[in-house]
Amino acid sequence: MGFLDRTGRTLFLAELASGMALTFRYMFKKRATVNYPYQKGPLSPRFRGEHALRRYPSGEERCIACKLCEAICPAQAITIEAEPRDDGSRRTTRYDIDMTKCIYCGFCQEACPVDAIVEGPNFEYSAETREELFYDKNKLLANGDRWEYEIARNLEADAPYR
Amino acid sequence: MPTLKIDGIEVTVEPGTTVLQACEIAGKEIPRFCYHERLSIAGNCRMCLVEQEKAPKPIASCAMPAADGMVIKTDTPLVKKAREGVMEFLLINHPLDCPICDQGGECDLQDQAMGYGRGGSRYQENKRAVTEKEMGPLVATSMTRCIHCTRCIRFVTEVAGVAELGATGRGEDMEVTTYLGAALSSEISANVIDLCPVGALTSKPYAFTARPWELRKAESVDVMDALGSNIRIDYRGREVMRVLPRLNEAVNEEWLSDKGRFSCDGLSKRRLDKPYVRKNGKLQAATWPEAFAAIAAKVQGLNGGEIAAIAGDLACAEGMTALKDLMSGLGSANIDCRQDGAKLPAGSRAGYVFNSGVAGIDQADAILLIGTDPRKEAPVLNARIRKRLLKGGLRIAAIGPKVDLTYPVEWLGNDATAVAGICNGAHAFAEVLKSAKNPMLILGQGALARLDGAAVYSAAKAIADNCGLVKDGWNGFNVLHTAAGRVAGLDLGLVPGQGGLDVAGIQSAAQSGQVKFVYLLQADELDTSKFGSAFVVYQGSHGDAGAHRADVILPAAAYTEKDATWVNTEGRVQLARRAVAPPGDAREDWSIIRALSEALGKKLPYDSLGQLRRRMLELAPHFAAVDRLTPAAWNVATAPGTIDGSWGFVYAVTDHYRTNPIARASGTMAECAEVARTGSVKAPEKMLVATNG
Repeated sequence: MGFLDRTGRTLFLAELASGMALTFRYMFKKRATVNYPYQKGPLSPRFRGEHALRRYPSGEERCIACKLCEAICPAQAITIEAEPRDDGSRRTTRYDIDMTKCIYCGFCQEACPVDAIVEGPNFEYSAETREELFYDKNKLLANGDRWEYEIARNLEADAPYR
Repeated sequence: MPTLKIDGIEVTVEPGTTVLQACEIAGKEIPRFCYHERLSIAGNCRMCLVEQEKAPKPIASCAMPAADGMVIKTDTPLVKKAREGVMEFLLINHPLDCPICDQGGECDLQDQAMGYGRGGSRYQENKRAVTEKEMGPLVATSMTRCIHCTRCIRFVTEVAGVAELGATGRGEDMEVTTYLGAALSSEISANVIDLCPVGALTSKPYAFTARPWELRKAESVDVMDALGSNIRIDYRGREVMRVLPRLNEAVNEEWLSDKGRFSCDGLSKRRLDKPYVRKNGKLQAATWPEAFAAIAAKVQGLNGGEIAAIAGDLACAEGMTALKDLMSGLGSANIDCRQDGAKLPAGSRAGYVFNSGVAGIDQADAILLIGTDPRKEAPVLNARIRKRLLKGGLRIAAIGPKVDLTYPVEWLGNDATAVAGICNGAHAFAEVLKSAKNPMLILGQGALARLDGAAVYSAAKAIADNCGLVKDGWNGFNVLHTAAGRVAGLDLGLVPGQGGLDVAGIQSAAQSGQVKFVYLLQADELDTSKFGSAFVVYQGSHGDAGAHRADVILPAAAYTEKDATWVNTEGRVQLARRAVAPPGDAREDWSIIRALSEALGKKLPYDSLGQLRRRMLELAPHFAAVDRLTPAAWNVATAPGTIDGSWGFVYAVTDHYRTNPIARASGTMAECAEVARTGSVKAPEKMLVATNG
């Protein structure tokens, strides 16, 4: 029976027909690809993209140089130096992230007691040289200013689960 | 001897031991905040509660004397509950600002809250806030964090001996404060930073710069005074971040002078990082071969008598060994390590060390200070004398200008002839020394660095002989040095050889043109204008007095940048480990001299530190006994002389915070010196803004 069955299928091109049927079925389904960069896929509020240093609404930078992110960073990508600012408060004089070392684990934002360092929704920051990926404090603060709306919205969306 | 049972373990302890100490002997850890081994018992934090059988409530183990038959339990539910309760109360008013607190990571409260706390608080009300206090340029305060353990108050009152801290108010309103907001005037005040179990008192110069987990450690020895306090150098990368004391019961216990702790910022300022050669009257940067060539050109054709060398206060034993060998290779006997001109004999070791040992102070029952101000010259040693005095049964007398030593002293006047008076028994204090069981005299450099220093020295030696200071198992003849390198220099024989000149001789010979070449090894504490037209080579770490006069500067490593041997005033040989690398082209002392010797054609026979140390052992075999005291035989020869009574003693250290190039380069020390001079702090700086969110 097996011989007859196999021969019959071959003669009537059954595999070809079922394959083509699958192909034509997909022609009428919704497309899975997006027209990047004009279209983008959905991002979770927990998406861990490019880093940013946030500010308080008053404009005061949040980071207090506690160095917990530096301590927890498994890739040792963060370098912080600190000293008392003129008003006596504890601030960083240097906050560098080597984005080529970073493994985007998100431990830094978990460790941060003041939600200063966050991994924002931005993932489009490719660069042509390595040097451009050595972020300093100004770059990170500028990121924070640019992405504050999205970051705050994401943090709010994720807050109930924390 | 009381025998008690702790968690089923039977221990027998000395009478007077507390329950807490007994628990430690039994191997049970008791959490505590206010209790400290070297301070009196306060019993106010209540963290050390344990359960005692048949007692109605938990007892504070730190304040309860161990008694015979006690049954103590430290791991019952009652004890756990008591600790949790105490911890919850302590945390009621403690701000949870650990992220901005410098104590974070090395905080007793953090650790014990983790170990013994509940993990949550039921306190909903507002927390207390306390204004910051001004305590001078070293101690930063954040009094909101204070848990009222009063360790700082007890330290300042009992150990430092300046009753300048106190508490006002009661209960929640209690505040630790200085009287009238004045800076602490003690030379060991910064130890309160280590004592504070929370972040209420932290280090001002170190504020916010590093976290304990970032730091790497090197065990070293303090060179700011001759006590040789054991220190731990904390460094990050190439920078020394801070210096902390290390426990050594025989030397510094667990204290450290402010100068030793905070002069480390001077290590990165005014450093010599490349060789310089003077051309047309101006110092110009050069390479090592150029500098060596300039020296070789000068030394060529000079005979030994025209060459001289002086080793300074911060010269390590390795460097001095190499210098001595180089000088004998050049045929010169003009070498000296006593740049202040102290008339110390080099031959017999017992003649220039602190024979009884620093720990010997604990046994002394009569002390005579001759021309020394230990508070300025060795603050931690002074605290030890004070500790001994507080125990009772000690008489202290002093010859020299009246100063506040933080304890009462019988001042015998600033009359140098009083030394002779005591040694021939004419003075009343001679009887005190004779009748004492362990009498001791402490001879300062101020008494020796004068023209009749040799006569004062022989009179002091006569006191030791006549008043029974030297007996079986006890030698109370003590010389207190001010320079960390001095004893090593004398041990290695860096004193004028046959027909050689001492420092004063070198200077006058240089002015008259007999000495044409002077080698200064870390020597800055002498009048560098008195070298006439001699060619001066300065080897050292900082651009200080010696470098200004020099014709060739050879940059050397500072004490944190080399593996070195130091001998403290008691003659204790201690090894210091290298923490960071020297800046720029700077090198270790001995390797510079070794390289120079080759350029001069008198190559020294060692190429490594190990070989050099073997040579050092040939010169001074007792260097093999590291960190042990080798008793020296009492056979000191003295030269007779007459003491000039027309002028009194001048102490060796007047400006305590600026005694060496490192301290002079330090901004913190400059502030301390300013506070010590004017007796007040600057207008309080802007207070720390409460950032607790």
